[in-house]
Amino acid sequence: MSADTHHDHGHAPGAHGHDPHDNAHGHGHSSEGAHGSRKDYLIGFVLSVILTAIPFGLVMSGVIADPRITAGIIMVFALVQIVVHMIYFLHMNAKSEQGWTLMALIFTIIVLTICLAGSMWVMYHMNLNMMPNMGGDASAM
Amino acid sequence: MSEATIPPGTQAPVFYETDEHHHDAGGSTMLGFWLYLMSDCLIFAMLFAAYGVYGGSYAGGPQPHEIFELPLVALNTSMLLLSSITYGFAMLAMNDGKVRAVQGWLAITGLFGLAFLSIELYEFSTLIQEGAGPQRSAFLSSFFTLVGTHGLHVTFGIIWLVTLMVQVGRKGLIAANQRRLQCLSLFWHFLDVIWIGVFTFVYLLGVLR
Amino acid sequence: MMSDALLKTIFGRLTLDSFPIHEPILIGTFAVVAMGGAAMLAALTYFKVWGYLWKEWFTSVDHKKIGIMYMILGIVMLLRGFSDAIMMRAQQAMAFGPNEGFLPAHHYDQVFTAHGVIMIFFVAMPFVTGLMNYVVPLQIGARDVSFPFLNNFSFWMTTAGAVIVMASLFVGEFARTGWLAMAPLSGLDYSPDVGVDYYIWSLQIAGVGTLLSGVNLLATIIKMRAPGMSLMKMPVFTWTALATNVLIVAAFPVLTAVLAMLSLDRYVGTHFFTNTMGGNPMMYVNMIWIWGHPEVYILILPAFGVFSEVTSTFCSKRIFGYTSMVYAILVITILAYLVWLHHFFTMGSGASVNSFFGITTMIISIPTGAKIFNWLFTMYKGRIRFELPMMWTIAFMITFVIGGMTGVLLAVPPADFVLHNSLFLIAHFHNVIIGGVLFGMFAGINYWFPKAFGFKLDKKWGTISFWFWVIGFYVAFMPLYVLGLMGVTRRLRHFDDPSLQIWFIIAAIGAAMIAVGIAAFLIQFYVSFRNREALRDWTGDPWNARTLEWATSSPPPAYNFAFTPVVHDLDAWYDMKSNNAARPVNGFRDIHMPRNTGAGVILAGLSTVIGLAMIWYIWWLAALAFVGLLAVAVGHTFNYDRDFYITAAEVTTAEDEHTRQLTGHAAVAGA
Repeated sequence: MSADTHHDHGHAPGAHGHDPHDNAHGHGHSSEGAHGSRKDYLIGFVLSVILTAIPFGLVMSGVIADPRITAGIIMVFALVQIVVHMIYFLHMNAKSEQGWTLMALIFTIIVLTICLAGSMWVMYHMNLNMMPNMGGDASAM
Repeated sequence: MSEATIPPGTQAPVFYETDEHHHDAGGSTMLGFWLYLMSDCLIFAMLFAAYGVYGGSYAGGPQPHEIFELPLVALNTSMLLLSSITYGFAMLAMNDGKVRAVQGWLAITGLFGLAFLSIELYEFSTLIQEGAGPQRSAFLSSFFTLVGTHGLHVTFGIIWLVTLMVQVGRKGLIAANQRRLQCLSLFWHFLDVIWIGVFTFVYLLGVLR
Repeated sequence: MMSDALLKTIFGRLTLDSFPIHEPILIGTFAVVAMGGAAMLAALTYFKVWGYLWKEWFTSVDHKKIGIMYMILGIVMLLRGFSDAIMMRAQQAMAFGPNEGFLPAHHYDQVFTAHGVIMIFFVAMPFVTGLMNYVVPLQIGARDVSFPFLNNFSFWMTTAGAVIVMASLFVGEFARTGWLAMAPLSGLDYSPDVGVDYYIWSLQIAGVGTLLSGVNLLATIIKMRAPGMSLMKMPVFTWTALATNVLIVAAFPVLTAVLAMLSLDRYVGTHFFTNTMGGNPMMYVNMIWIWGHPEVYILILPAFGVFSEVTSTFCSKRIFGYTSMVYAILVITILAYLVWLHHFFTMGSGASVNSFFGITTMIISIPTGAKIFNWLFTMYKGRIRFELPMMWTIAFMITFVIGGMTGVLLAVPPADFVLHNSLFLIAHFHNVIIGGVLFGMFAGINYWFPKAFGFKLDKKWGTISFWFWVIGFYVAFMPLYVLGLMGVTRRLRHFDDPSLQIWFIIAAIGAAMIAVGIAAFLIQFYVSFRNREALRDWTGDPWNARTLEWATSSPPPAYNFAFTPVVHDLDAWYDMKSNNAARPVNGFRDIHMPRNTGAGVILAGLSTVIGLAMIWYIWWLAALAFVGLLAVAVGHTFNYDRDFYITAAEVTTAEDEHTRQLTGHAAVAGA
């Protein structure tokens, strides 16, 4: 599969004088695909400023009385902002390296979720069972 | 067996690539570096998991809303965000082949990085002076470790950035240096992504607790 | 007083008392090692091979040479790990009632810790990494790995870890905590000595090597396959290597993180795993097993790959159910992350958590079982050749099924409450690691040795080694199942109940048989080397095999393939043979290759210094070595001249030689 895919070299002409390496055939030249335009960077920047400012504003001003709602909102903002950074700064897409970067990312997110959620679930239940008098809450430890 | 796999009509299957092209030595670099970043991401995942488990283990010590200063964190976050966009400009300058501009933007990025680190060190030293050091409770241990590991990454990023400024100055924007700039770009923006997790889950949610 | 403070600044906590001059066993060991080492160094100097070793091996970025060095590291450390094992078996066989045995508790605890650490990290891992390093690039028709320098560096980091473990034998002590250094025992309160620090630094440094080699092989498999080799035309060994390296890249960071937290507890005074100030030792158990369980699959998957190649080759058949094999590997890769809690069902997470992990554990045995059936069906109606690799494979199938079934038994939480931490568990995991991983490595060594050195391994001594290993394994570990069911826990140094002794004596006899097996294994190398002309293989394909590594000469030239092969079929080399694919004999071109470099040795050397300095609290040295490390690393990036060309003339000479060998062999065979 690495052989039969031919990549367009999407960089600006003259960016680097085409050394003889670069016009060879398909083997692994997709490093050239990960370029963003000025517009991409600016969109990403503006979005991330907004997505940062709102959660800080919500928490610092305390406009929403119920902290659980605030917590839910800022977590959603964080997730959206991570996606924004991935797309506009890290230039993630389904095509770079024939999709292997995205595949690696998805696998990492799966493992990360398992480790994070799993650890917290497991430790929460242990505290609940082994330290019942402490209200089953890690904060009491 | 082979009859089935070789499409009918092709008489002589080719078994050796006799007119071979030159292979670019750096063809795997970006993927390899991305895989490394994924592993780094899992180091942070474990530090986040530790913070998740220990986040409420104050051991009678200070709690997040008593010690976290959100304005300072907001300032710090803006430093990192600004450094991201300036690194982006360095990459754009690289695409245009402008050596001086690349170095200039890298320098600005590095300064924002240094500002970020200084603010973080200031925060850490204030906390330690207030008696809220990493030895005070498991919560503070996990806080200092998570945020400190991120800071350590930024430090190495700055060392790498300075190295690249010198190398770009010496060799210009040759293919090898372009690859390195792209790797550092991934690294730098990746640290930004981690920081989103830090300010949300550590600082903002901590203050809400 | 002044000089005391000064000595402390210079040497940290290293004093004359750190050298175990009062322990006869250690002095004896040290004398043997020192004399052996001195003799070896003298011999190397006398025969003037230092320059050769440095230029051709230590600084080599050739994946084949690095692979061989990994295997040598594994064999050397196997001897060390096995001496620990035989000491434990001897101690347990004699220490009953009034007899205290020959190992004091302080020493015995270090022995069982070192045995586990060495066998997993410095025997099994180097074997697995070595085989993958050697075979994968050849099997996918590549000339080297993606990052050849990184490969050399990874090897030396692994070696640096091994050096640090070995240093603990003679300077200070090793951990007395068991191979996973469970907290809070491994914390500063209960283990104030250097032992746990030796443990931490050797694993952290070796871990860097493992992680980078994982990234490297992963990128290699993804990016450097020969044209035509789509994912579903990849040999099974390469598939398992892909899965293993995915697991390495996704699991070793967890180990790095958890050991970093443990070191912070020990060096900085944080409270991750302490009993006080909000710390929680069970979090250590939780996190280390998030790494620990995938680690098991990191070891076993490449062995599965070896068995697949061997079965298919020696039954002269395409592997049965290739697609199901691949999916089984992928399912195992994911499920490996969903079962870690079965290592500590007794922690007290309750019924819901335990049921979840019990069920996932039982599920993971399904793809493994599917693979066993695939191998059996490959053998079914095959024309089986009982060469050594095939013998190891059959021994594996029988042994591993037993180990797998005791594993499923342990996966049932209520049963685990009875059996956890008992010798039943010890028997189970030796059953799968020896019967799976080690048998797989022996199969792989016997299978690929002729590729690496150009002659086969002696069959007689190989057979002797095989039978002593296999029977020795059963004699050594079946008694442990019995003892475990009777409730004997692990890591005991002394027993009171004399009725148990007979089982321990049988187990010790088994260990002695394994010792004979190891000796025969070493003799096998010697005899094969002596008879190498008789065992010579000129064809490059002594087993009539099916995958690409056999398409080149044995040993392969530095560039592996003069022309990159084009793949049309899963069994690419078999396909080429059955189509009478003509090997091109002229028109060779310059080949672009990476240049050797000593930077890997230097960086790993500096890392060793950092590790040792940190262990002994010699802060100035640690700081100095760290600055040096950074300087060398940055300096290395200023070297842009990293490759060279093997000229067409050199390639022509080498290929003509191979052509001559091939035709000469054909003439002999014809006559």
